[in-house]
Order: sequence, then structure tokens, then C-alpha cells
Amino acid sequence: MNWKNLIQIAFRALNNNKLRCFLTMLGIMIGVASVIAMLAIGQGSKRSIKAQISEMGSNMIMIHPGNMRMGGVRQSAADMESLKLTDYENIKDLPHIDLCSPSVNSSGQAIYGANNTPTTLYGVNTAYTGIRMYDVARGEMFTEDDIRRISKVCVIGQTVADELFGENGDPLGQTIRFNKTPFKIIGILKKKGYNSMGQDQDDLILAPYTSVQKRILAITHLRGIYASATSEEESRQAIEEIRAVLRENHRLGEFDEEDFTIRSQEELSSMMSSTTNLMTVLLACIAGISLLVGGIGIMNIMYVSVTERTREIGLRMSIGAKGKHILWQFLIEAVIISVSGGLIGVLLGVGAAVAIKLIAGWPVYVQLYSVVLSFAVCTVTGIFFGWYPARKAASLDPIEALRYE
Amino acid sequence: MQNTTSKTIIRVEALRRQFIVGSEKVQALRGIDFSITEGEFVTIMGTSGSGKSTLLNILGCLDTPTSGHYYLDEVDVRSMNKNQRATLRNVKIGFVFQSYNLLPKTTAVENVELPLLYNPAVGAAERRRRAVEALEMVGLKERLYHKSNQMSGGQQQRVAIARALINRPVLLLADEATGNLDSRTSYEILSLFQDLHRQGRTIVFVTHNPEIAQFSSRNIVLKDGHVIEDTRQTQQRSAAEVLAQLPKEDE
Repeated sequence: MNWKNLIQIAFRALNNNKLRCFLTMLGIMIGVASVIAMLAIGQGSKRSIKAQISEMGSNMIMIHPGNMRMGGVRQSAADMESLKLTDYENIKDLPHIDLCSPSVNSSGQAIYGANNTPTTLYGVNTAYTGIRMYDVARGEMFTEDDIRRISKVCVIGQTVADELFGENGDPLGQTIRFNKTPFKIIGILKKKGYNSMGQDQDDLILAPYTSVQKRILAITHLRGIYASATSEEESRQAIEEIRAVLRENHRLGEFDEEDFTIRSQEELSSMMSSTTNLMTVLLACIAGISLLVGGIGIMNIMYVSVTERTREIGLRMSIGAKGKHILWQFLIEAVIISVSGGLIGVLLGVGAAVAIKLIAGWPVYVQLYSVVLSFAVCTVTGIFFGWYPARKAASLDPIEALRYE
Repeated sequence: MQNTTSKTIIRVEALRRQFIVGSEKVQALRGIDFSITEGEFVTIMGTSGSGKSTLLNILGCLDTPTSGHYYLDEVDVRSMNKNQRATLRNVKIGFVFQSYNLLPKTTAVENVELPLLYNPAVGAAERRRRAVEALEMVGLKERLYHKSNQMSGGQQQRVAIARALINRPVLLLADEATGNLDSRTSYEILSLFQDLHRQGRTIVFVTHNPEIAQFSSRNIVLKDGHVIEDTRQTQQRSAAEVLAQLPKEDE
């Protein structure tokens, strides 16, 4: 078989029907372009969420009292007091734990002069900033000494600073009151902005946990323990170690329900990425449907074209074209339409993604695989939908075809 | 002009073809025997229903007989499959149709090239050279790049004849080739066929028009699937002379 000739034949045939050829291509173009743009949007949001999560500390592990799996049943107050300082001390020394901090928190009003703002006071130790990836922008973090001495010092987030002191005020060295207890500001945290769940990460006050336990809440238990695994990969191991320690400390038998909950950032990030994956799949499905419609468009046009060119097919057969020549001619025509439509579609799709990024400011990321995939799909679409009309053309009887009016 | 040493181009023996239409069997050809040697210009005549179309399809290797034999250039066509017959058509037969069957919006040269596109033995340069040569032979040297829809019926039929000649066939098969043309253009085309005949080509011209038989060297008449007449004529009318005697048309 002479491929060069067959391709030449197909090109000449398409050349005779430029407008129709372009309109058929349009379906494929739109299909491919939307697949690429949609996947780019999906991938873009997935990446930006991932980046935000790792900003929060990707190897962070959170331990809270009470069992979250017992949802629906009201939990006893004793359950909420299950975490003790000894738990923290044991977890701190585990082999796969890097940093560890106890946590007690209280919501309330922070007051400075005539200004006040609702915020949350976190009682933590010095390791907390390392776990949560906070940096002290000005001033300094409180010390182990402050914790031991139950000092009334605090480090505030940027939002709290802005609310209480305005844009130009200098909070350092000032004393604010939290629920009537005065705290001296010794440091200001570097701004972190909002996280992926819309929480303001700068709306907080950090103080020694001892001060919050004794001076504000008057409790001895902990509201939570924050820890960081030595690496993201080892956070599963770290969780198992923590679980073993806590079960032992809380004297839980083999079949007892846990009275604590361990969550890791890794878990959160896989949860978030499964959400965005679902979104990506949905977007790709919608785009895929338009690609399918484009493919049906090709089939439709090729079908009409076979009927319209019945006499031409008869002539070609009478001068020596075999069935396979006719089959290939029509198949090549379909593939030329779909491949060139696909190429233009790739350009349009990438262009649309860039335009969305520039105009709407959405995070957009065009992946090579989505380009290759949609291009491959549209080629296959061309072959698949071109096959049936091409078969029909090839199986025509030359005598009948020549007589066709 | 007849030469006893000429080789036989067509030999049909006890040729039968029956069609099954619904539950009925229709006998289109009921045992036909004849042979055509190289260099003959044969007209096959008959009214509709005489079986001439069926015979034409078989001679053109588009169809196969139900029984009997058909040898084209000493090759038994009946035992060939579809693809083998397609190749045979490609190298041995040139078709000329009543309605020209040119590709629309395509130049004369490209139309003429068409059969060679299906012949892998001929390269692009050779193909173009032979197409130009064939168009010169039919007198369309000046219209190589005219598109088919920009030409008159007679010119289109000339392109179709050039297309039939490009593969240097052993047999030129015309099916009512003048049926769509006015009488003046018909004589022009017939004169072209006579020229080709004079150059030694074998031509089979199927028609229902008795007048055309006067221009051929042999006339076979079919009726109800039988050959009822097979006459050789030594005195042919010359289409060119008839053309010259026609009154000049006012432009």
C-alpha cells in the first residue's frame, strides 16, 4: 500500500470541502481545549492547597482528648480531660518525634486601652512555633524560664496586633489584658495569612501553657498535644508510637475504645487532595463529554460524506482502488480532521488556561500529561468514529455505487 | 486491418449470469460466446434488459459470471477474488462512463492521475508526466489545470478518456460514452475513439444507439441474454468526416 498516495488522496478530498472540514474540527477543538483547561484548573487548585498544607507543617500530628469516632453520642466531661502533662512528657521522648508541645486554649476578648478583639489564647511551649511553622517577626518567643515561672508574657499574631494597636502602633512591650489577666507582649509573629480552610492563622495569642492553665483556665489537664514527626514519611510510625504510649498511660485494655484522637497533617492533606481529585475528575468528565460530542460530529460528517461521495467511491473502485484503499482514505480523512483539530485545541486550551490565570487570578497548572492524554484521546476518537463510515464506504459494491444518484 | 496473428484480448465461453431478485431467478446472460482480438473496435448493442450492462460489468471485471469463463488478456477472471480483480482493473482496463465521473473541484491533471495513485509501481514524477501526455493525446494540452467544473461536457469526457488511457490498458471500455453529449460533441468523441483505434487500441463500446455501430469495426447485438448478431464491417464511417459535413454552428 502506498501511504504517501493515500494521504495525498485524503488531503485533496478535504481540500474540496474546507468549510465543512473546519466546522467538524471545531467540535474536536473545543473538546480538547476544554479538557486541557479544566485539568489545568483542577491541578492548579490541588497544587495550591498542597502548598498551603505544607506551609502549616506537613509532618504535624495533633492529639485531642475524646474519641471523634463516637460522633453523635454526647461525650462525658471526663473523656475531654483525658490528656495529662505526663502524656506530653512521654510523647516528647519518642524516637520518631521531633518537636512536641502541650496545648491549652481559651477563647476570649483581648483588650488594650479602648480597643478589644475576640481571639484565641493558646498556652503552649517553645517548640510550638517550630511545629506550626510560625516565625517571630519582631521581639522574641518566651523561654523555658517563662514557662517554669508561669510568666504573664505573650507573643501575638499580626491580626491581633492590627486590631488592638492599629497599623502604626507598636505592640512590643505593651501589656494587654485577656479575660482580665494582663499579659506583656514580648514578640509578634510573622504574618501567615489564611489557610486553605479559610481560617486566619494570624488571629491568635501564644503564652506559656503553665500561665494559661493556672491563671486563666485553672485546670491541670491539656486540651491537646501538638507534635511533629521527624519527617513526613515517618509520621505514620510516630502516630503508632503515640497511640501505644497513650493507651498504656490511660490503662486501656485491648478492646477498649480510645479516649483520644490522633490526626496528622498527612491525613488532612490526603483528604484535601481526594476532594480536589474528585473535582478534577468531574471537570475532566464534563470536558470529556464535549470531546465525545466532537467525535460524534466527525462520525456524522464522515457518514454524510460517504453517502455524498458514493459515485466517487464507485469510480475509485472501478479504476482499481481496493476496499482497503477506500477504508484508509476515509480513516485518514477522519484522523487528519481530529489530529489537526486536536493540535489547535491544545493551543487553545493552553491559551485559555493562561488567560484564566491572568484575568481571574486562579491557580492554573497545565500538565504535560493532560496535553498528551487529550491529544491521544482525540486521535483515537478520530479513528474510532471514522472507522464505521470508512467501513461502510469500503464495503460498497462498485456497480451499485457507480449507478448511485 | 484484421490480423490473424493478433493476440486475443477478450474470450468469453458459455457465459451465464443470473441474479436472485427476491425469490425469483432472473437470467441476465444465457450463454454467450465470443472473442475479441487486439486492435478491434467493438460496439455492443442492445435495448435495455438485453443484458448489455451485465456483460459490461463482467467484461470490466466489476462482476463475475455465474458460470462459464471470461479470459481477459489470457487471465481467467472468474477465479479471481475482489482484490485481484481491482488490481487487474487498475492495470488492464480503462473505463469511460456516460456521466464522466470526474472528481469535482479537481484539476484535469489530478483527475487523470487518479488510477496511478493506486498503482505503487509508478512514482509521482512519472505519474504527472504520463497524465500530461494523456491529456495531450485527447487534445486538452491547453487545459491541464482547469478544474472539472470549469469545463464543458465534451472536455470533461476527454479528460475521462485521458484518465482511461493513463494506465496503458489492454482494453478501453466505454459505457454510453456519448450518451450525455449533443450530436456535434458526440462525433468529436467518436472521432477521438476512432483515432485511438487507428493507433491499435482495443475498444469495447457499449451503447443502445444504433448509429454508433456504423463507426466501429465490429458490432455485437444482444437480446434477452443471447448474442443475436455479430457482424464485422470493413467499411466504417469516419466520425471526422461526419463532423466536417455538419453545418457550422453560430458562435
